[in-house]
Amino acid sequence: MVKMTMVQAINSAQDVMLEKDNSVVVFGEDAGYFGGVFNCTEGLQKKYGKQRVFDTPIAEGGIIALAIGMGVNDMRPITEIQFSDYIYPAFDQIVSEASRLRYRSGGEYWAPITIRTPCGGGIRGGQTHSQSPEGIFTHVSGIKTIMPSNPYDAKGLLISAVEDDDPVVFFEPKRLYNGPFAGDPTQPPQSWDSHKKGEVPAGYYTIPIGKAETVRAGSDLTIITYGTMVHVSLAAAELSGYNVEVIDLRTLIPLDIDHIAASVCRTGRCVVVHEATKTGGFGAEILSQIQEECFWKLEAPITRVAGWDIPYPHAFEWEYFPGQGRVLAAIKLVMEG
Amino acid sequence: MVPNSGINLDVPAPRHRPGEAPEFDNLDIPNAGTVPKPDIMADPREMFGYANTLIRVLNMKHQAVGEWDPQLSADDLRTGLRDMLTTRLYDDRMQTMQRVGKMSFYMKSRGEEAVAVAQAMALDKKDMLFPSYRQQGLLISRGRDLLDMMNHCLSNSRDNCKGRQLPIMYTWRQGNFFSISGNLGTQFCQAVGWALASAYKGEDAIAATWIGEGTTAESDFHHGMTFAAVYNAPVLLNVVNNQWAISSFQGIAGGEKATFAARGFGYGMPGLRVDGNDFLAVYAVTKWAADRARAGGGPTLIEHFTYRADAHSTSDDPSKYRPEHEPEAWPLGDPVDRLKNHLIDLGEWSDERHDQAIAEITAMVTAKYKEAESYGTLNSGARPEVSSMFEDVFATQPDNLRRQRQQLGV
Repeated sequence: MVKMTMVQAINSAQDVMLEKDNSVVVFGEDAGYFGGVFNCTEGLQKKYGKQRVFDTPIAEGGIIALAIGMGVNDMRPITEIQFSDYIYPAFDQIVSEASRLRYRSGGEYWAPITIRTPCGGGIRGGQTHSQSPEGIFTHVSGIKTIMPSNPYDAKGLLISAVEDDDPVVFFEPKRLYNGPFAGDPTQPPQSWDSHKKGEVPAGYYTIPIGKAETVRAGSDLTIITYGTMVHVSLAAAELSGYNVEVIDLRTLIPLDIDHIAASVCRTGRCVVVHEATKTGGFGAEILSQIQEECFWKLEAPITRVAGWDIPYPHAFEWEYFPGQGRVLAAIKLVMEG
Repeated sequence: MVPNSGINLDVPAPRHRPGEAPEFDNLDIPNAGTVPKPDIMADPREMFGYANTLIRVLNMKHQAVGEWDPQLSADDLRTGLRDMLTTRLYDDRMQTMQRVGKMSFYMKSRGEEAVAVAQAMALDKKDMLFPSYRQQGLLISRGRDLLDMMNHCLSNSRDNCKGRQLPIMYTWRQGNFFSISGNLGTQFCQAVGWALASAYKGEDAIAATWIGEGTTAESDFHHGMTFAAVYNAPVLLNVVNNQWAISSFQGIAGGEKATFAARGFGYGMPGLRVDGNDFLAVYAVTKWAADRARAGGGPTLIEHFTYRADAHSTSDDPSKYRPEHEPEAWPLGDPVDRLKNHLIDLGEWSDERHDQAIAEITAMVTAKYKEAESYGTLNSGARPEVSSMFEDVFATQPDNLRRQRQQLGV
């Protein structure tokens, strides 16, 4: 085991797959020589050459189309979309092409592509460098969506994504790149060094896609969350005084509803937490499925904590960000009415 | 309004609309055989002229002339003619069957058969094709069984797309023919990716893709051109300029400001403009571009200057937006007639043999269609298993789809 930040873990996953499989290539805007604006591909071009790790024109739609064509020709491309806020020019290629190719061709063609993209706020990125658009992709048939919350999961899930025969959108909460973040920007930055999930195997390992993990056991209430909000939720759970269970989804699609339902049916209370905007967000889907699976076991209405339904405002980042206070309030509401 | 302003909102319009006499007197059409043939490794910066002329081989006397004459054997010419005829007769039959309700939709390629058939012949079978929706001649030239094409169009129990795609949105992996999307232009840069993978692996298979002149306005066109040029991809980027995008004439895509072939110059690749109704010219230009790509010379943009002689699809009526007899007024003729007359001029074909070929192909198409119907149509008879509609969304069916399938009771 080696101590890694999330950046290093993501870099290591790509390193491992480039080493292991000659059909793996890595490309994106500034992802080659420079190693990416967040350093997630740093050193890979030097190690594997510019035919395997390369810079692309600034054209997200072209990047994904290129990846699909390569995927059809027996390769496993890993693409980097520099910010998930920039992913929309590639929307048609992801939604109409990558996700449906296997289906529309009767199973004759498919494109095993991985789309890495940093998401989320908390870095003073304003409305074009802070979004969490995962809910736009979870609504699409035929793509898998992943959002890890720590280095260990990030590496294992990214390797799984690369080896998966379906297209995967792999969201990386950029606020977690260099340390866990519990939602309070006035606190000194935390390091992955002292976090147990900052201990990462140096070589190859996988974490299965579609499996949630209980990161805090409890009996009073279940928080369902993913990404940065896992850390915020854990902190709120500690502060609440209740025996709160916290589930890190890790994969959004396919959704591990069995894991969720088992917990909520046991605790009878649930709060769903995500950073993305609330209305039509993935939390609504989770809530709906819990209602279908657990209605007769529920002791209280389920509630959601999410970003406000506004663009991410630069100067009001911490009023937008669903911090510990809002999660704590939701816990109290569900526990106390 | 500001007086004397030079600013003007200019919305292009075609020269003639319904009720007017069609003519194409404005077209500058050079004589066949007048355009020289450059070296396959020629510098694109010195090739701008090829984008602003029209490469033609067959002259008005039906002779093959000039440096671009590919010198095909009579057998190859007859094969090309037969495949174009088959494409046309197949189209006619399928359109008729759509009209009587056997399928939801159809799109003919009348007038554009040379583009698909000559190009398929000029490429190797290992080369990967990323077509748009009007290149069914590629399948026919590569030897796909018409029965399988019909089974697809009928969405019947033997449809290899399992009833999931509109008619004519073919897939044929065995023939290196990609899955047609239905969203326009998306395949253009995908072909570049395929070609890059081939280059990466050190293989000599190249890719070819087709896009309509109307769809060149999509960002996908720009992406394909940029990525192909940047990475020197072994790919043929074809623009089929058939003058009409449903009801919008080519000027709505910018065709009156510059030729579509001229777009290549700005990206640093050759742009060749070819008479798309001239089988020999299309073959020769395709072969040139394929040889260039295989030799490491990178991508070529080819504009096929042709004319969509029929409706866009079974869903539109061209008499609503263009003169009724415009197809007959097209000055570059019909690709089937021109190759037929060339073969007759060579003494390698006759009207009798032509009529006989039509009769044979028609009988074959009829027999194939009869068999295809026995496997079902969209509205009656056998269909793929209903449960199959939950398959192939992912490589492995996830639990939620299994549950939804059970909910449907299949």
